Amino acid sequence: MAVTDSARTVTYGDDVRRTSLLFRVNALFLRHEWIRGYTLLSPTLLVMIMLMCLPVFMLVTYSFWTQNYLDIDRTFTLANYEAFFQKPIYVALIMKSIRMSLFCTFTTLILAYPMAYFIAFKVKSNKLVWLILITVPFWTSYLLRVFAWKVILGYNGVVNSGLISIGVIDEPLQFLLYNPTAVVLTLAHAWAAFAILPIYVSLEKIDRSYLEAATDLGDTPSERFWRVTWPLSLPGVIAAGLLVFIPTVADYVTPRLVGGTTGIMIGNIIQSQFGKANNWPLGAALSVIVMLMIAFLVIVFIVTTTRGRARSA
Amino acid sequence: MTDTTAQGNLTAQKAAQDKRGEEAPQYFASKHEGYHWTAEAPMFLYAVWYLAFLYIPVLFLPLFSFNDSIYVAFPLKGFSLEWYDDMVSTQQLLEALANSLKVGAAVAFISTILGLFAAKAMTRYVMPGKGAVTAFIMLPLVVPGIILGISLLVITNMVGMPLSLYTIGLAHTLISVPFATLVLMSRLEGFDKNLEEASLDLGEGPFRTFFRVTLPLAWPGILASLLLTFTISFDEFILAFFLAGNEATLPVYIWSQLRFPSRLPMVLALGATILIFSFFIVTVAEVLRRRGVGPQSGSAI
Amino acid sequence: MARDDYISMRNTSKHFGSVRAVDDVTFDIGEGEFFSLLGASGCGKTTLLRMLAGFEQPTLGNIFLDGQPQAGVPPHHRPVNMVFQNYAIFPHLNVNRNIAYGMRKSGLSKAEIDRRVDEMLDLIKLPGYGARGAHQLSGGQRQRVALARALIKQPKVLLLDEPLGALDKKLREQMQLELRALQRDVGITFVFVTHDQEEAMTMSDRIAVMSLGKVLQIDSPARLYEVPKVKEVADFIGTVNLFEGAIRGREGDSTIVDTEGLGTVRSTASGAEAPEAGPITVAIRPEKFQLTFSQPESTGNMVTGTMQAAAYLGDRSHYYVTVDGRETPIAVAAQNSERQLSVLGQHHERVWLTWTDDSALLLTA
Repeated sequence: MAVTDSARTVTYGDDVRRTSLLFRVNALFLRHEWIRGYTLLSPTLLVMIMLMCLPVFMLVTYSFWTQNYLDIDRTFTLANYEAFFQKPIYVALIMKSIRMSLFCTFTTLILAYPMAYFIAFKVKSNKLVWLILITVPFWTSYLLRVFAWKVILGYNGVVNSGLISIGVIDEPLQFLLYNPTAVVLTLAHAWAAFAILPIYVSLEKIDRSYLEAATDLGDTPSERFWRVTWPLSLPGVIAAGLLVFIPTVADYVTPRLVGGTTGIMIGNIIQSQFGKANNWPLGAALSVIVMLMIAFLVIVFIVTTTRGRARSA
Repeated sequence: MTDTTAQGNLTAQKAAQDKRGEEAPQYFASKHEGYHWTAEAPMFLYAVWYLAFLYIPVLFLPLFSFNDSIYVAFPLKGFSLEWYDDMVSTQQLLEALANSLKVGAAVAFISTILGLFAAKAMTRYVMPGKGAVTAFIMLPLVVPGIILGISLLVITNMVGMPLSLYTIGLAHTLISVPFATLVLMSRLEGFDKNLEEASLDLGEGPFRTFFRVTLPLAWPGILASLLLTFTISFDEFILAFFLAGNEATLPVYIWSQLRFPSRLPMVLALGATILIFSFFIVTVAEVLRRRGVGPQSGSAI
Repeated sequence: MARDDYISMRNTSKHFGSVRAVDDVTFDIGEGEFFSLLGASGCGKTTLLRMLAGFEQPTLGNIFLDGQPQAGVPPHHRPVNMVFQNYAIFPHLNVNRNIAYGMRKSGLSKAEIDRRVDEMLDLIKLPGYGARGAHQLSGGQRQRVALARALIKQPKVLLLDEPLGALDKKLREQMQLELRALQRDVGITFVFVTHDQEEAMTMSDRIAVMSLGKVLQIDSPARLYEVPKVKEVADFIGTVNLFEGAIRGREGDSTIVDTEGLGTVRSTASGAEAPEAGPITVAIRPEKFQLTFSQPESTGNMVTGTMQAAAYLGDRSHYYVTVDGRETPIAVAAQNSERQLSVLGQHHERVWLTWTDDSALLLTA
């Protein structure tokens, strides 16, 4: 009785409903989960393509055109890229931006790691409060956080006037504002929360029994950190590094507000091409070069760090 | 019922949760073997220092916004609400505020809906290429703002779309969708997929299931997403700077006022107000977002 | 009249990429039957259940329910309901509203729905629990609410996906009996998924043993145990000693087999589908052996070996006996019908095993 003939399949298979188009489309949806998934995803994807892929594609196209006073000359040319390589200032500026950004990323990571470690391992209760304290600045106005540093470091700013009023100095210190150091400090502050969260997440994910096992097998706390905790938190550190490095390379707000003439970065030059200098195609070409440089560095960074991890493992 | 153990566990868990709320802050696991106060102290001090580093710089804005002087300098001259008076009587500023609120509300609404679509698809369906699609949606998080800004500027210029609050809104939607998706994904991951299946099984279609099960369980995440994306748009400057037409948003207005030293105290008052406002919204959103899904079916036992 | 093809699987397959979770399965489940799908995790039993519920669509073949093909019918239009493994009690609704969840489209008045919910609460022995929140329930109570929520819809078939897995042993055994009694009361067809053979045997009318997406055998619990058709079934249901051998010939009803370890074995066990000649496997359950510490006077099947290990389990003892020509010790189970304070026998002690002709099953090698 358990296994009977399958002849009946044919009779049932002729069911009328199967012929209707609606039913067939419906059945297709039911059968293929990925079709349902992508249908649901399509509005979001469409918006992202329209607002990101298309514009960036147009930006690249623009970089092959030229500015002819008020008009755009739409004949294909590499003139903008030639201009870039002919003017050493652009190359120097990009290199300087990368150096400053790397320095800032490094500083941010070093400052953030112990904090993330503290919240992940040492805070036993009120973890939520600590996390919220760390994340709140992350969501609030970037412009105002940068602006605060201008107020603090300015010639007549908080630090100078404070030190004068308590009699430590007589003259305002000139070196506080309008230099690369001020830019790095401000960026490190402004992007701090970006660095803490990924590191925290990777630390929090570490199974505590690994640490107990390491101790059990004879590791001292510092050995345990370098042999277990650090390698396992590396993905978070890498993510944090990228999250800070990429946006800071091309930032223009911070250098403009606290960088002065020596603290200027490539972002300021790009911005001016779309402002006062009014040479959009050149600005587009500079942006493309910056994007390529970032992509190159990110790939090198990821390849070297993952190779390093593979070796140590 | 005979299964008192399970019930007992539940009560114990609940008691532990209640206790956590009441207990005085205890940052050190001093009672744990191998941890000592002396060993923990430097870390705790570092953490406090770090919070100070994070917060003190921005706290100078509210501090000096009440200072009765046009110069932002020590010593403080005295308490004054003059700059706040100044702020609320500046017509341009109020217009910029209205613009920011309009754009922020629209962006919050649209990006949360788009985020909900994406998060639901990502968390509920097995799809080939999911990893690549996730990376694509998260891309605006890592592309420098200036690149997104000028790209959108170039394309609006080419299609002949005038710069306006709409172009700012589009740009803000672009950068808000990844955040909305992230927030909602973690919320949807937090509750059991079987609950939606159970609803389908009991005869409710996908649409009804969404309103009777998904929405009631996801609302803290949805609210958090609305608040966070609103704040992102409200505070955003880098993109708005390129895409603003004649109508400025608040950050663009602030930028325009930075040129005039005499306007500085008023900008401080405005900045302080925005910061306090943002802190409040974001704190509410974070509490909503990070609070667990609550008493979970199944997982509690 | 109850039909015995109430649910029909017809060449049903489900592929996930290159994995064949369910592989060309054809069988029927009768109306009012308590039917179990039994197998190790990953054998396809849950996928089969989810295809019945409509959460998965068969890649090939079809499923018929009361004569109706189910392909293309979404879950919310199927006359089946499910009790989920973790119960999936809606955390934002109280017990009453959980149970009444599926009644919105029933067309009944609110008062009537309330009355039925109360009836259900009585049925699952939780009267007065209606106003409780989902998080105030224990595991067993959740399980009952999940049951009520499904049964109130009076489904044609109730699907149960390892619903007792999360409960502790005592409660699980109690729920097994309650569930079986409940099924008899309501008369609904139950399809029950489990990996626990004892659970399946306690409750089921029939059990389908699955492995790697295939149904190996469908039978009553007793027949699965006593007349397994293939080695995998014999091995999965209970413990079994398997001996490789070759058929030497026949003598009337009995088959004579030369085995590794047991020597020449005479088998009169019927039912199994074994070949007439060639290599064969002889299967003997541990409790079918008689173990003695001195040579019995027997002319039947007998083998001698040494005691490898012995374990006292209260109601019975397990012995492991090594014999010549076989690496794996033979497992023997003996009832402890007399009171004893230690296990009988010593390590390396010589023992004798005897068994009857009809306890040696012949299975395809």
